[in-house]
Amino acid sequence: MNDLPALLVALPILGSVVVLLVGLVRSETGWPIAVVASAVQTAAAVTLAVDAFGSEPVRYVVGGFTAPFGIELVVDGLSATMAVLVAVVALGVLGYARRAGPRSNAFYATYLLLVAGLTGMSITGDVFNMYVFLEITGLAAYALVASGEGGRSARAALKYLLVGTVGASLFLLGIGYAYVATGTLNMADLSAQLAAVGYTSTLVRASFGLLVVGLFVKIAVFPVHTWQPAAYAGAPDTVSGLISALVSTVAAYALIRIVFTVFTVDFLAANEFARTVLVAGAVVSIVLGSVLAVTQREIKRMLAYSSVSQFGLVVGAIAVANGTALTGAMIHLVGHAIMKGGLFLTSGLIAEETGARTVDAYEGLAERTSIGAAAFGVLALAMVGVPPAVGFVGKWYIALGAVEGRAWPLAVVILVSTLLTLAYFARILERIYFRESTGSTAGADTDVDADSGSQTRTAVADGIGTDPVTEPSAVSTGMRATVLAAAVLAVVLGVSAFEYGQLLEPTIQRLLA
Amino acid sequence: MIDLVVDRLYYLVAFLLLGVGTYTMIGSQNLVKKVIGMNVFQTGIFLFFIVTAFVEGGSPPLLTAPEPYVSPLPHVLILTAIVVGVSLTAVALGLIVRIYGEYGTLTEEGIQKVIADE
Repeated sequence: MNDLPALLVALPILGSVVVLLVGLVRSETGWPIAVVASAVQTAAAVTLAVDAFGSEPVRYVVGGFTAPFGIELVVDGLSATMAVLVAVVALGVLGYARRAGPRSNAFYATYLLLVAGLTGMSITGDVFNMYVFLEITGLAAYALVASGEGGRSARAALKYLLVGTVGASLFLLGIGYAYVATGTLNMADLSAQLAAVGYTSTLVRASFGLLVVGLFVKIAVFPVHTWQPAAYAGAPDTVSGLISALVSTVAAYALIRIVFTVFTVDFLAANEFARTVLVAGAVVSIVLGSVLAVTQREIKRMLAYSSVSQFGLVVGAIAVANGTALTGAMIHLVGHAIMKGGLFLTSGLIAEETGARTVDAYEGLAERTSIGAAAFGVLALAMVGVPPAVGFVGKWYIALGAVEGRAWPLAVVILVSTLLTLAYFARILERIYFRESTGSTAGADTDVDADSGSQTRTAVADGIGTDPVTEPSAVSTGMRATVLAAAVLAVVLGVSAFEYGQLLEPTIQRLLA
Repeated sequence: MIDLVVDRLYYLVAFLLLGVGTYTMIGSQNLVKKVIGMNVFQTGIFLFFIVTAFVEGGSPPLLTAPEPYVSPLPHVLILTAIVVGVSLTAVALGLIVRIYGEYGTLTEEGIQKVIADE
């Protein structure tokens, strides 16, 4: 086999170095280089995905050290999905960043590093390697959140860093326990060795608990979600779009990998308590995430709490642990990335055009920005789960899986979650389309508490960037195109999701075997 | 009880460090102290890993070496983890410099006060 898996990780890192080096000579050259690197990576990811959806995963041995001793890259259906998703979303968000984003070369270098970390997490077959990529992703994400001007983004980034580090450290401790129990770090080898040690061994149980809790922090499951609203709301619009679409998504993928590739379904069957913890995390996240979303007045904070609730669905699907639910989890991960990333970018576009950043400021928005309002409407309805959008298909599979697995309380909560999602999106849609615009655009700035007030100014200043010519209507074609593409994708993916589910079947059967 | 403490002394110390680190991160108002807490927390995990490197009665796979044998793998892993920890500390301190420049204070309370006064 060729070197494609290694290239997939190496390309963005190489691009990032080139951006930094060129930046020494000429500033503001980051964008074109990032686009080239991202486009090549997308092509590589798609080529690799074609091979990976077969009967056997693509395996790549790094540096010639064979599997249990060296590091291995494994690309099966799930990893390929994530790699393609990361590459495509990163390329799409770049189209938006051209006008909206921070423009320094350092920003684009960090951007590519984040992409490298996420791709690495998706395709690695070694748990310690996964920890390293988890931290690369984290470091890049902290730096990106802080790339906004003003104190709020720096504070959000520091909070994210402190909480994220605890999560990653617990993950590392979990790896330590697994290593003590088995003496290996390769995922495939670990799953065999853990079975030999015995699933009821305290060491194995502790390892599972620490790994899961560490990833819960990164996914932002309810009690450990607190970094997420601050980070998403404090970051520049481009960055919230990118990290809301990818960072938690890949962490959730990592949870699927840990639970099913390393510990396997037999572990869940042997430890009823492990499943209970997963279900509890899912249910609490779904319900409380939605309730907290309803109480938010700032759009980006509301979207962040909505993510807490949506990832509850994915964790629920992992707890159910049957083929249907897992297919649903993967579809929902992809769909959520497109929808939530799109919503964040749309809210940035709307703020750029009209200055509206709060729920109240969205009144009568349809008159002021038809494209922004239309995209927000489509994406919000997709998120609620109106067929044929992708949000519906994902939830449908997960709910079906829960019913098949006889997890009745979870099934009820998943079905109710649609109503909960409607609770926070309907009031915005009603304001956009069925109310007269009351105040001028200035209303956006006055109607927020002190903390968010400073953010409103900050974020607007960010969006305009260093370019003095741009006025509040500084919305480029690229930004509009990206937002519309996200809205269209959310619907188109829904139509093709059933075929994707069938494509995924061999991989998932192998995972559950 | 005493046997347990003597047997597992290294593990207990590692977890004591974890506790101290977590407490400092949550309890301290000062941002720099929070970062110090984070470092102590990570060091606890590093030490835990290094203790696991000692395998009673173990021997290296290739050479016949003198007892006691210490596995090199955890050391290599922790070397990587230390590099990650250093990078994290650098980013955190960079952020704190920016926060200080913006608000002129290093404590959470002070920052809240500055925001309230605005």
